[in-house]
Amino acid sequence: MATHQTYNYDVLVIGAGGAGLRAAIEAANAGVTVGLICKSLLGKAHTVMAEGGMAAAMGHNDDRDNWKVHFADTMRGGQYVNNWRMAEIHAKEAPERVRELEAWGAVFDRTPDGRINQRNFGGHRYPRLAHVGDRTGLELIRTLQDHTVYLGVTVHMEHTVIQLLMDGGRASGVVAYDRERGRFHVFTAKAVILATGGVGRAYKITSNSWEGTGDGHALAFRAGAELIDMEFIQFHPTGMVWPPSVKGILVTEGVRGEGGVLKNSEGRRFMFDDIPDNYKPQTASDAEEGWRYVTGDKSARRPPELLTRDHVARSINREVKAGRGSPHGGVFLDIAWIKEKISGGEAHIKRKLPSMYHQFKELADLDITTTPMEVGPTTHYIMGGIKVDADSQMSSIPGLYAAGECASGINGANRLGGNSLSDLIVFGKRAGEYAAEYAKSSGPIKANDTEVDKAIKESLAPFDRGGRVENPYKVQEELQDTMQSLVGIVRLEDEMKEAHSRLQGYKERWTRVGVSGHREYNGGWHTAIDLLNLLDVAEAIALSAIERRESRGGHFREDYPDKVAEFGTFNIMVKQAPGGGIQVSRLPLPAMPAELRQVVEEQQQ
Amino acid sequence: MDATFRLWRSEPGGAGALTDYKTPVSEGMVVLDAVHRIQAEQAPDLAVRWNCKAGKCGSCSAEINGKPRLMCMTRLSTLDLNKPVIVEPMKTFPLIKDLVTDVSWNFSVKKTIQKFKPRQPDAPDGTWRMAQKDIDRVQEHRKCIECFLCQDVCHVLRDHGKHDEFIGPRFLLYAAQLEMNPLDTADRLHDLKDKHNIGYCNITKCCTAVCPEHIKITDNAIIPLKERVVDRFYDPVTRLLRMFK
Repeated sequence: MATHQTYNYDVLVIGAGGAGLRAAIEAANAGVTVGLICKSLLGKAHTVMAEGGMAAAMGHNDDRDNWKVHFADTMRGGQYVNNWRMAEIHAKEAPERVRELEAWGAVFDRTPDGRINQRNFGGHRYPRLAHVGDRTGLELIRTLQDHTVYLGVTVHMEHTVIQLLMDGGRASGVVAYDRERGRFHVFTAKAVILATGGVGRAYKITSNSWEGTGDGHALAFRAGAELIDMEFIQFHPTGMVWPPSVKGILVTEGVRGEGGVLKNSEGRRFMFDDIPDNYKPQTASDAEEGWRYVTGDKSARRPPELLTRDHVARSINREVKAGRGSPHGGVFLDIAWIKEKISGGEAHIKRKLPSMYHQFKELADLDITTTPMEVGPTTHYIMGGIKVDADSQMSSIPGLYAAGECASGINGANRLGGNSLSDLIVFGKRAGEYAAEYAKSSGPIKANDTEVDKAIKESLAPFDRGGRVENPYKVQEELQDTMQSLVGIVRLEDEMKEAHSRLQGYKERWTRVGVSGHREYNGGWHTAIDLLNLLDVAEAIALSAIERRESRGGHFREDYPDKVAEFGTFNIMVKQAPGGGIQVSRLPLPAMPAELRQVVEEQQQ
Repeated sequence: MDATFRLWRSEPGGAGALTDYKTPVSEGMVVLDAVHRIQAEQAPDLAVRWNCKAGKCGSCSAEINGKPRLMCMTRLSTLDLNKPVIVEPMKTFPLIKDLVTDVSWNFSVKKTIQKFKPRQPDAPDGTWRMAQKDIDRVQEHRKCIECFLCQDVCHVLRDHGKHDEFIGPRFLLYAAQLEMNPLDTADRLHDLKDKHNIGYCNITKCCTAVCPEHIKITDNAIIPLKERVVDRFYDPVTRLLRMFK
């Protein structure tokens, strides 16, 4: 079937957010040919929305910081089910990756002595986030994008991958279509890097852009790769709750890092009411100490608003459920109050949080320098994903790599804010490096024509059914409602089983979705194709969450509200069962070496 | 309450027409919400490009009631809903379908601008020192989300079609942030004058007026670049001195 064009590369990168771009740069520098496929235009990926900063223990604002503290913070935040080796590599290599960005043209905010400025963030002991106001993601993606332009990387924009190709048990390329014209393309490559981001679109309220449909997770899963930690989803505590059309849009943790406080309808700073034991020694005892912390007093401990995201999100949930919420079902986040504390507070807020000022002014008609914001939890990030080798980022399939949000391991049960952007560049670089090496040392591959023809035929099936059957938008919406209400921030076995059974119904309906019109930029068709990925990841999330009968990090079970030591010894793993369906198993955590265990213990104080 | 949206619909590579869709609207909605609702319920094959829906990615650029705007940042409360809201694709770029245009020209223009070339690091550990006040302007320029609305409104491109000769406000801004970066050592003035034809801009400030990031493109980027070009190539004293060199 000669209905497609073919391209050949040594290394093929899927996704052009921070991880994909960084991987492409590294592979190109290694001297191999590199192709880069992205679902959107270049520079529009979800990385662009990251706000607060990237965590790297450079110690510019507090010289007590170093990789050991960062490592221990990451492990504690992840409740010790992280891959310790990834957390170690990340903490050690992040500073160099950040400095490299400056050499490529990134312009970070400065300290008074002219170095890269670092800000406070939840779960990080010291000010650690290199940032550019509250638009750090834009700075990251633009810097990488502009650097890539001159490296000879071929970029295929607005292409969606529908199938991962295999050649004798090894990844050999992908089948994709271009969204603009709806034509099919086959890409063969000796190594394939998935950098496709997250799955937020499986939920109704999310901070994710439309692209977060779990494509990489699902493509790898269907090709037989192993996924771990899929039950761990981060609900960011502060998303916008009003107006309805912007519900879920992120309000950066940087607001709290700059002194913003959370209050309920009674005006109480409820975060002081419930501080977990393992964070008590590091948490401020009163409002005054919290304020001293955010203004740089090294003897002060951080305010409880800067506890880990899972905890803050659940606390907000509790206040709302107890009837102490704000008018539109959230709580109040107040940054305006700092005007009492510092002169020129209004200008300070606008300079430190320009996008937040702009976002609330334009979308909610609210001035954050005078009025508290209304915020509530929003689906933000998936800690789980493709299981990878910590050093090389290779998945369980030879020649298939994963980096960034679609890979798993570094974050454990909960990711610290700021660890995502640094994850992208640390492991993006490693994926690019090792994939290039693999491509150089491995023999030729070819695309399997039967596999290609089958993938193309299946993806066109919705056109054959026409526009009068199942509406893909409708099925997607119902799936999002189900996941939101039954596999959300607070979980119960029965509800999740109900979700699982509904998912089987959506899967059946998916075989009947139809679309009308032409293949050119057809939104309905695109939605039908993305929907299959959402169905696969939603099922993986539900089954993993049922299996973990305890509460830990981003996974909270009302029927098992406590952490159980036994569950801290393994990750939940899912993979495709031989006859279809999902196989769930428990994968023991590798033992942490003695010297790292010691680091963790030293930092516990 | 219902409102009417008059959307540009087209056949691939062929003719198109404005088509009316009536859809329910509610408080706080933006134009993109309405377009999505129409797409989900009435026109499933409608082509619309979007991503973040929070004004951060610059994908959903269009012309709303004739004005270049981001659909995700245009609240319905700012429009007169007693009349149809007209949503059309950007006119400066070739149409692909419905509201989606081919903006690839912009990506090829960027490649013609000399890349960032930092000076030697200031410290032995390979890092640099810069004062915040020296980078404030550069950071303003780097707020650009590449929505290309400034390119859309620029008459040199829109009315005169000088895409082959002129890089447009977006890339003058891009060149400006590189030129003003305290670390950068490359020299782009010659290119700006002869290759990128900065002289074509006659500072009507339309680009600044449509910038969703409120970047003062004309005042803070284009005019300073024009001044640098003038100082280098047209200042009579400098020219005189150059003759005796």
